[in-house]
Amino acid sequence: MKKTRFNELHKQLGGKMIEFCGWELPVEYAGIIPEHMAVRTKAGLFDVSHMGEVLVTGKDALAYVQWLTPNDASKLGPGQVQYTALMTPESTFVDDMLVYAMGPDEYFLVVNAANDDKDFAWIASHTQGFDVKVEHQSDVYSQLALQGPLAEAVLQPLTDIDLAGMKSFHWAKGKVVGKDCLVSRTGYTGEDGFEIYTRDPDPGVIWSTLIETGRPLGLQPIGLGARDTLRLESKLMLYGNDISDKTTVLEADLKWIVKLQKGDFLGKPVIEKQLAEGLTRKLVGFEMAEPGIARPHYPVYDKGQKVAEVASGTFSPLLKKAIGLVYLPIDRTAAGTEFEIEIRGKRTKARVIPTPFYKRAKK
Amino acid sequence: MVPNDFLYTKEHEWIKVEGDEGLIGITDFAQHQLGDIIYVELPAVGKELAPRQSIGVVESVKSVSDVFTPVPGVVTAVNEALGQTADLLNKDPHGQGWIVRIKIKDKKDLEGLLSASDYEKYLEGLEH
Repeated sequence: MKKTRFNELHKQLGGKMIEFCGWELPVEYAGIIPEHMAVRTKAGLFDVSHMGEVLVTGKDALAYVQWLTPNDASKLGPGQVQYTALMTPESTFVDDMLVYAMGPDEYFLVVNAANDDKDFAWIASHTQGFDVKVEHQSDVYSQLALQGPLAEAVLQPLTDIDLAGMKSFHWAKGKVVGKDCLVSRTGYTGEDGFEIYTRDPDPGVIWSTLIETGRPLGLQPIGLGARDTLRLESKLMLYGNDISDKTTVLEADLKWIVKLQKGDFLGKPVIEKQLAEGLTRKLVGFEMAEPGIARPHYPVYDKGQKVAEVASGTFSPLLKKAIGLVYLPIDRTAAGTEFEIEIRGKRTKARVIPTPFYKRAKK
Repeated sequence: MVPNDFLYTKEHEWIKVEGDEGLIGITDFAQHQLGDIIYVELPAVGKELAPRQSIGVVESVKSVSDVFTPVPGVVTAVNEALGQTADLLNKDPHGQGWIVRIKIKDKKDLEGLLSASDYEKYLEGLEH
């Protein structure tokens, strides 16, 4: 099992360690519910060093990123970040990812741990015809996520970057606890917050200083368990559950990352075809209308027919009810539509509700 | 954290024998492993329990687990309070967080269970 550079610190804090995508990571410290609520109301610190990083440089870097992704990377000025995807020719997902515009000929891609090697192989195998160099940098980067309404207050005293001046989906380089870092106003929780990348070989002091200075303000260390409940309340996609190489970008209800006017890109013809012909299914949010918690892969029934399996499903610590995501037949995706989920052999009522389940109030 | 007068299983259930009946629940170790418990599915009163049959399902945010009866019997009562406050299993697993009461079929079956000291030794073994 691979270990992040913060592994010992998690154990010292009592983190319950599990294996996740080949990494030994904490699933929880104080418990999923208190950790979840700390992020919603105060702040939480996550070790997300398992995420993968790829650097694309060269004269054709922009054209190359444009070819691999549906979103329009040409709109990014240096200092900006974009949510997008690595698309197959079928407009399904190799992965979803963030693209950081580092300079005119330099893009930094952040991908999921589960797909890290697959993604790099995909990226490296599509360079023909482009004057680019691709470097797999996952092993040299550590990454922390500091999330929650107090994230800026916790981080500002520890960095020379002006955080108040950093807008959402922007990044800057600077020192954090004396270490060289890249900090972006991004995250996977639906809260305000930052992701902190460093190539420093000994970054433990960043973690421990953030914990120490944040504790009095209510900051807690957060494990993978609450990372999942937080992202689901905010309807942020989890690869393997909600999106995969079997689901198209339009079916996943991510039309907002598709920019057809930008030119050709992998998957575009299929997207245009789906737009013309209409979809047969779409990812929607649901809540349970009867007691029970729907989990991934539970069978989903509509009018007695099995129509799907639950994509994501959990108990929402904030809303205190069972919620989830599922691909339903397109004529059954309107809010209020009732269907059934089989929970341990029992058909249990669920209903489609609007998403995201939770959206933070804007300041 | 392991009451002396209860008997235990290696699957982390406990039974507190009271005459011909027994209260059944999960141990403190089990609730720690499960994390925040939010939902408990209870059996019907009168249900006959074969050896190691499920007496219910405990759901935490992250996982779903069956709870099994330590000995055969018949369900005489269920802890209705868990319907609204499933976290009693976290807060007081050996007390208010009991799950069912059963009429024990044959008290000889209790001989196969662990005493408190045996269970504690078993837990020590798990942690090493």
